[in-house]
Amino acid sequence: MSDSLEKTATTSPKRSGLNRGPERKLGASALKHKNMVVHGSWWWALPGLAAVLAVHYVATFLGASYAFTDFNGIGSFEWVGIDNFVRILDDYEVMASLGNTAFIAIGFLVITNIVGLLLALALNRGLKTRYLLRTILFLPVVLSAISVSYIFKYIFAFDGPLNAILAAIGLGDLQRIWLAEPDSALVAVLIVAVWQNIGMAMVIYLAGLALVPQELEEAAALDGAGLWGRFRHITLPMIQPAIAINTTLALTGGLKIFDQVKAMTNGGPFGATDTLSTVIYRNTYEFMNYGYGAAISLVFSVVILAAAAIQLYLTRDRGVNN
Amino acid sequence: MNRYTKLTLLREIIVWIAALLLLSPFYFLVNIALKTREDSIATPAFEPALKPTFDNFVNVLASDTSSTLYLGLFNSMLIVVVAVFGLIVLGSTAAYVLARRTSRLSKFAFYMVLIGIVVPAQLGLVPLYIGAQKLGLLGSPLGMGVVYIAMLMPLSVFLYAGFVRALPTEYEEAANIDGASKLRTYIQVVFPLLAPATGTVATMAGIIVWNDFNTPLIFLGGSENPTLPVVIYSYVGEFNIEWNNIFSVLIIAMIPITVVYLIFQKKFIQGFSGGIKS
Repeated sequence: MSDSLEKTATTSPKRSGLNRGPERKLGASALKHKNMVVHGSWWWALPGLAAVLAVHYVATFLGASYAFTDFNGIGSFEWVGIDNFVRILDDYEVMASLGNTAFIAIGFLVITNIVGLLLALALNRGLKTRYLLRTILFLPVVLSAISVSYIFKYIFAFDGPLNAILAAIGLGDLQRIWLAEPDSALVAVLIVAVWQNIGMAMVIYLAGLALVPQELEEAAALDGAGLWGRFRHITLPMIQPAIAINTTLALTGGLKIFDQVKAMTNGGPFGATDTLSTVIYRNTYEFMNYGYGAAISLVFSVVILAAAAIQLYLTRDRGVNN
Repeated sequence: MNRYTKLTLLREIIVWIAALLLLSPFYFLVNIALKTREDSIATPAFEPALKPTFDNFVNVLASDTSSTLYLGLFNSMLIVVVAVFGLIVLGSTAAYVLARRTSRLSKFAFYMVLIGIVVPAQLGLVPLYIGAQKLGLLGSPLGMGVVYIAMLMPLSVFLYAGFVRALPTEYEEAANIDGASKLRTYIQVVFPLLAPATGTVATMAGIIVWNDFNTPLIFLGGSENPTLPVVIYSYVGEFNIEWNNIFSVLIIAMIPITVVYLIFQKKFIQGFSGGIKS
């Protein structure tokens, strides 16, 4: 950081007090305000801001503009208007992946939150081993989705443990090659995603539950409120911020599911587990249809932003905490 | 405090049963990795490895293909270090300036950064990919680290800014009165006070980068410098069903992150559930 840059960017409070610089007009009275201490210099923020601008704005807008071209990475391209979007409507693969993505996102949202909340409630108070339980239940969250998916690929295999359990408990009729049949394959992908993220939902709910005063529950219990009544009218309203965060994370996470599909089924059988993310990957980076891939990406981005906005509206704080 | 009743004991037992059921996949992971190839096929999946062997580990660590595994480990660590370092240095300074200044410009810039958290990365990846391709940066781990710094910058700024706001300005004023320069005030007074935020940024960004598969698959897939998740993906492929070897590779890949997690587990859990407090 050179000295000249410092001077032009900001003026230190001492200088402004003693020198007759541009800040003289503010005078001695302003010096009493805390804000007269000038913190850091704009130059410090520049690299970070430039990185955000370049990747999150310039690149995103550039990527969005490809959606209206037939760009394939080689040579020139032409503007094709909304042709790519019309093509999406006729693309069975994309439309099917929309349905699969919605199925996974909603299932992921509901199951992860219910199981995560139940676990959090179960180990919230009084358990001697609650910290140990919390630590081991959170472990799957820090592992890579790829690794976890391969463990489950084995569990769902024809000669894997799941079929062995079914045979052992006399449900041999249910045995199947789980990842080779369209319906069960999609459910399997959902199960893996849920399994890995329950711990995440649980710790967020635990943090929320820690803020619920125990006296309040005890007072309600004295007034004759049952377990459900206390949960419904005290706990649930008070953990609203945790619900909002968990549902937002689950919804956006569920819509973006990619690793599990790539590892376990690569979208098969017959596209039954294709998600928007895997279809975008295939069209963009395998077929090199940058224009078309960008168009699906644009639809995908709009879906995510819209879902997040609706969801945040639905779980907004309705003032019960005030 | 709550009394520990029989009901609590019952609850504790039920939670443990649920936890063990939930974590049962790890049993298969370790069990199969300890079986020989023949046993992994011939014996039932449940049957414990009666003659546990580390041959699979030796095999995947010393075979012809093992160099890719080491390379993946090295690349992943390198990228995590570069990304986390950049996110701490550039994120904390940017957040400090944006959170402490009260001008309209700094507010505008702050919200501009926050919107970056919500914007899906997918659209921006295509121009970045093409740009990297033209510049010959595809397959460069350092380039990958820089991409992560930019991608995760909004998260870093968000986490640091919340912390800076909660920090009283008196420390800086005192340092200022003592004649410390702005840079020195920041390095010696402010940054150490931001340590909890630094921990959160390091753990969260570290986990995200270490485990990410989509971005390195695009930027490093098929290159000579894959990250660990890409190495695992290529190793298993679509038709490899030598589960004894696959699981040995998975365990080797899981060890570093699991060790780090167990050491800093409180920090990890606090970091990931930290959004609640604000």
